[in-house]
Amino acid sequence: MTLKDIALRNLRRRKAKASFVLAGLLIAVSTAVALLGLIEAMNRDIQQKLEEYGANILIVPRTENLTLTYGGLSLGGVSFEMEEIRQADLVRVKAIKNAANVAAMGPTVLGAVKVKDHKVLLAGVDFQATKILKPWWQVAGTAPSDFGVLLGSEAARILALKTGDHFKVSGSNLEVSGVLVATGSQDDQLVFTRLDTAQSLLKKEGLVSMVEVAALCNACPIEEMVRQISVALPDTKVMAIQQVVQTRMETLDYFRKFSYGVTAVLVLVGSLVVLVTMMGSVRERTSEIGIFRAMGFRRSHVIRIVLLEAGIMSALAGVLGYLVGFGSTKVALPLLTGGNGMVVTFDPVLAAGAFVTAIIMGLASSVYPALLAARIDPTDALRTL
Amino acid sequence: MSYIQAENLIKQYGAGEAAVTAVGGMSFRIKMGEFVAVMGESGSGKSTLLTMMGALNTPTSGEYSVDGLEVYELGQDQRADFRREFLGFVFQSFHLVTYLTVLENVMLPLVTVKTNGRTKRAMAEDALSRVGLDGKAHRLPGQISGGEQERVAIARAIVNEPPILLADEPSGNLDTKTSREVMDLLRSLNEDGMTIVMVTHSPECAGYARRLLRISDGLLVEDIPINGSAINLECWSSGVME
Repeated sequence: MTLKDIALRNLRRRKAKASFVLAGLLIAVSTAVALLGLIEAMNRDIQQKLEEYGANILIVPRTENLTLTYGGLSLGGVSFEMEEIRQADLVRVKAIKNAANVAAMGPTVLGAVKVKDHKVLLAGVDFQATKILKPWWQVAGTAPSDFGVLLGSEAARILALKTGDHFKVSGSNLEVSGVLVATGSQDDQLVFTRLDTAQSLLKKEGLVSMVEVAALCNACPIEEMVRQISVALPDTKVMAIQQVVQTRMETLDYFRKFSYGVTAVLVLVGSLVVLVTMMGSVRERTSEIGIFRAMGFRRSHVIRIVLLEAGIMSALAGVLGYLVGFGSTKVALPLLTGGNGMVVTFDPVLAAGAFVTAIIMGLASSVYPALLAARIDPTDALRTL
Repeated sequence: MSYIQAENLIKQYGAGEAAVTAVGGMSFRIKMGEFVAVMGESGSGKSTLLTMMGALNTPTSGEYSVDGLEVYELGQDQRADFRREFLGFVFQSFHLVTYLTVLENVMLPLVTVKTNGRTKRAMAEDALSRVGLDGKAHRLPGQISGGEQERVAIARAIVNEPPILLADEPSGNLDTKTSREVMDLLRSLNEDGMTIVMVTHSPECAGYARRLLRISDGLLVEDIPINGSAINLECWSSGVME
């Protein structure tokens, strides 16, 4: 026979009151778990979407010249000295603090070449990285191998080349392995080949003209990623393509704040339910507490009995609350999102958080009733017998 | 020699002109091992005196000591410890905890004692055996008779072998036969050396004691030895008793 046994026996006897406490805590915890689970699922979805949106950071050589293009128009005949980035320096990006958030890094070397009397821009790219950086690319044909090229749709039209055709650039024979379906971007004007092939043709071995980076950092500002890369590559200019990311982040942030607000209100209401129920329970047990005190229970023993009861119910509510919340999210997510593939997974941190929150809620709300119980005058209590 | 000693104990409820004096200045000394009956009309201050003796009700003034220990100079926790170590309570109407079994009720005073569960259980079973309730340990209070509930209350009061047992109307809700059994039990405990202070309305029950304290209007009006027989009701012809 221990204080815990007394607490358990009392809970079993007062099933209705115990159920009320359990319900108060369970509703708060399960709703919080459901909302936070939903945010987490949306988070993951946005990460995935970000990947689909491709590059969001651009690294270009630092230059003192102004760009002579505007609205897609370039002032022909005007050229300026173009600096390059050393390819070997790019490994430093892999050492930044948020390196894990770099999904793909696509170095590109650019240079003008002459094809069939036309001046065209040759771009050497890493086709593996390009799959992530430009997921919207659709190729009629295959990705180029050594000395193979991929033509932008406009370039193919103007140069009158199609898949399987051959042409010479700087004395090297190149084969068209595919043509890009029109993208509506500058990519339509370019001739793409492998990075090493282009470096060789352009005599720019070990150099790149720009680097596109896909950074998946929804927990940290994109500016922070830019700052870290700028520090790693001091001779470059690092720019964020912010719009898409920021809009998404802001939407999620609003929802996150709203969810925290709802959770806070529910936690407050749940705590009040526990407080009122425990107060009622203590008042009903005045005589019993009088007996305990007469039997030599200290005030601290009475407090412990009340808190043990609250603790047991809170622990139960924490476990059940997580399960109910998790289950609700699993059921509700496909209905809310129209089955767009968002998934909710077991999150040990959320589970532990739900458990700890339930216990803190239950115990904090029961402190005052416990103190009231301990302050009951045993003589008054025994008079009620 | 050890004593329970009260010196000009006063207990008032309320303050100023509305103050009500429940105990108006009582002094007495009880030797350890005595069996004392406290009698008086309703509202005379018997129960207040008993709760003060039980370290449950702080007197407005006066001194109260047990075996030289000034009880009301102790802090709340020490008073709780004092109750656990020195006192056993038998309340009117049994006052068992309804959701605990007979055995668990008897174990209540041992809950806060640092002894292993097996020892506590053995002590509770022993106490139940002493009051003749061996076979009913696992019943709930509602499943046994009034007389048996009173025995459980007594077993609970003696389980930690306190030197003093305070009983408030122990036979108040019992029939004559069961009352006698309970009083025989109290006498037996007293013969084993336990000090018993018993508040009662029943002259017959008081007759089991060796000393009688008679209280009226919060004052001790009589302190006499009795010879162990039922007190003649004529003693109370003055109308002090109800």
